Amino acid sequence: MSSPPAPSDAADGLPLPLRPIAALGRTVLALLQGAGSLALFGLEGLSHLLRPPFYGRQFLAAFLEFAFYSLPVVALTAIFSGMVIALQSYTGFARFNAQSAIASIVVLSVVRELGPVLAGLMVAGRLGAAMAAELGTMRVTDQIDALTTLSTNPMKYLVAPRLFAGIVALPLLVAVADLLGVMGGFLVATVKLGFNAHAYASDTIGFVQTSDVVVGLAKAAVFGFLIALMGCYNGYRSKGGAQGVGSATTSAVVSASILVLAFDFILTEMFFSR
Amino acid sequence: MSGTVPKIRIRGLHKAFGSKKVLDGVDLDVMPETSMVVIGGSGSGKSVLLRCILGLIEPDSGSIEIDGVDVLALGERARDEMRQCIGMLFQNAALFDSLTVWENVAFGLLAKGRRPRHGAEPRLTRAQARVHAGKVLEQVGLAASVGDLSPSELSGGMQKRVGLARAIAARPEILFFDEPTTGLDPIMGAVIDGLIVDCVQNLGSTAIAITHDMASATRIGTQAAMLYRGRIVWRGAAAELLHSGNDMVDQFTHGRREGPISMELRK
Repeated sequence: MSSPPAPSDAADGLPLPLRPIAALGRTVLALLQGAGSLALFGLEGLSHLLRPPFYGRQFLAAFLEFAFYSLPVVALTAIFSGMVIALQSYTGFARFNAQSAIASIVVLSVVRELGPVLAGLMVAGRLGAAMAAELGTMRVTDQIDALTTLSTNPMKYLVAPRLFAGIVALPLLVAVADLLGVMGGFLVATVKLGFNAHAYASDTIGFVQTSDVVVGLAKAAVFGFLIALMGCYNGYRSKGGAQGVGSATTSAVVSASILVLAFDFILTEMFFSR
Repeated sequence: MSGTVPKIRIRGLHKAFGSKKVLDGVDLDVMPETSMVVIGGSGSGKSVLLRCILGLIEPDSGSIEIDGVDVLALGERARDEMRQCIGMLFQNAALFDSLTVWENVAFGLLAKGRRPRHGAEPRLTRAQARVHAGKVLEQVGLAASVGDLSPSELSGGMQKRVGLARAIAARPEILFFDEPTTGLDPIMGAVIDGLIVDCVQNLGSTAIAITHDMASATRIGTQAAMLYRGRIVWRGAAAELLHSGNDMVDQFTHGRREGPISMELRK
């Protein structure tokens, strides 16, 4: 009778102390391979935005999902966040008699950070999962292969319109979130905290600069791209039936959320660090 | 096209996934206007063979010629054009959930990347495509009104019919059928087989069907081949399948436990 197969580490023939290093090396190589694969996928998707044919219906459907159907959840998140910032900053700033700074704190927090980041995270949870599940199901039920057999490039038909919709729609969504977040702060300040409405509005408009808004919206465009990219990438490459689609969905949400936060730091460092 | 030149000619086709050899030197000729049935057990490489011909999987080595042209040597654009002469019925029909039935049937005719070859249906407007889809649905025994339904509203047999309608809608020169009767009751399986035979004959197409349903194989095929461990181990007339004289084919077609084919539970 043959002996049982040796574990793979032992099969490497490495001395015991070196095996963790070999495992680490394999992990790093796998990470680099994954990053390269993701970058190529993203570049291919973007390249299809520049080459016809274009799929307007697919873009409109993805745009509606991003901009219209995500609006309620993003709006609620933004308005409550603005209200909470006003309350929290009031309790903190009252100790230093600096309540007049509340309008500027609210508008800067919302426009520069909370608007794009919270909208990005909410949309990553909602649409990243939906995209990964839809494309993943299409993959495991041969629908993506069927597209290829029907003279339709799946990257062009499925991926490129979603990437473009993410880039275009999230800034619009964030613009609305910015307005609602500031409005939430305004409501709390004027109704609950007794601020003068005209003075609060003047402070808000006077303090915020165009660059704050523009950079916030630029961040949103990057986040929109990242969310669509992770949703499409994980769904498009999913395999293994229902479990594979489930894993792809989880990976899409987790990776998109982490990338939103990481790129938020990178972009803030690029644009706002003086 | 001369009857002596194979419509599809495969030589020395190899494909492995990691250490697992799936195709190990497949040689196969399919003559024009014949229906070739490829039989073989689960995991014998039948689906991979079809996907290699379609260009959905890149083989490791070998050649695949369609009308004498080596498709593996073609660029992506030329391969897309070659693919337009092929219709495919997937195992689970692979209908697009987000589209209606008629949009599924007419999808290839509306495809923006489509450049119709001679004899194929031209690219249509949406209005024309809708009318055409209704006619094709009637060819596979469904009312044109079914076109307004969603695929999820259809039974398995109806989904297979819609998949067949989508495969034949552009009048392709070649038709592929991947396990056309899987998941269907025997009567519905026979109905689908009958439709397949009618469609292939009416279009004058060349067909390859892969199946391990023997009743279906003998109904659909004029020629047959058996794939085992990545190689073609027998070929002949489909009518001879049940009494081929080949031990492997006999064991497979009669479903015997004992014989030269051993089930690999784990490798």
